[in-house]
Amino acid sequence: MSEIDHEALLERASESALVLKARSGDFEAFDQLVRGCERRVWTVAWRILAEREETENVVQTAFLKAMEALSTFRGESNFCTWVGRIASRAALDVLRSRRRERSLSLDEIAAEDDEAPVPHPELLVDWREDPTLGIEREEVRQILDRAIANLPDSLRSVFVLRDVQDLDTAQTAAELGITPGNVKVRLLRARLRLREELTRAFGGEAMVHGHMAGSGTGGLAAAAEVAA
Amino acid sequence: MSGECKDLLSGISEYLDGTASEALCAEIRRHMEGCENCRVVVDSARKTIAFYKGDQLVQELPPDFQVRLHGTLRDAWERRQGKV
Repeated sequence: MSEIDHEALLERASESALVLKARSGDFEAFDQLVRGCERRVWTVAWRILAEREETENVVQTAFLKAMEALSTFRGESNFCTWVGRIASRAALDVLRSRRRERSLSLDEIAAEDDEAPVPHPELLVDWREDPTLGIEREEVRQILDRAIANLPDSLRSVFVLRDVQDLDTAQTAAELGITPGNVKVRLLRARLRLREELTRAFGGEAMVHGHMAGSGTGGLAAAAEVAA
Repeated sequence: MSGECKDLLSGISEYLDGTASEALCAEIRRHMEGCENCRVVVDSARKTIAFYKGDQLVQELPPDFQVRLHGTLRDAWERRQGKV
């Protein structure tokens, strides 16, 4: 058994012990479970919503629901994954109600997205060898946050469920009520758009010296020059 | 960008997730050997995904909210215990 498997098993065992204690009425055990995954749960909700008050509400609601449902938690997934799913569902509900306020459904927007061809990559520049060297950790986090916040809701929700929460295509499709094919197309679009944004921040020398590619064929030609 | 590059683009996600068929993987690798642009796109897309999957950039809760959250949970817990 590898060391990592062993560690995972130990973690699982201590988590199960905490769940049992919490079920028997021990708040400190529950609180410890919460502390073990509150950052993860916050990150999932924040990356879907990018708005502080709504994120706070969703995170609090998710842990309160977890408290209510603790007796039904079977330990098939770990506690963090379980609460993370509760939180992402609640966050997606908030997104839907935002849409309703604007009289647009998530699917109306998405349908247009899925029909259009996947845009070609524009920035064709290698990243710096150590892309975050010399950038403060907080600034890196802000770069990632801004990039994801700039995605349309329909792409952001797919990306967060697949690449932040690690759900598979079928689970993501079920959570969002869309087809697995839609999930795949939206995931590809989301990843490529984020790649463009992050390349602006982490691209190598060619970006620094202002040879940044523009859009359209001119952009591609410029990028090809840079890459040559 | 050539027609071959466009075809490759739609398979990038599966390739990076390790869910592409062996034939597609081989095709993508062969194409990348001769296409610097596609190599760059695949490589930077892989790094992009790794950033968001990685744990090191998981966010901290705002400290004031963290305090409130644990207080709220304790109150709710005690109310539930009281009911039992």
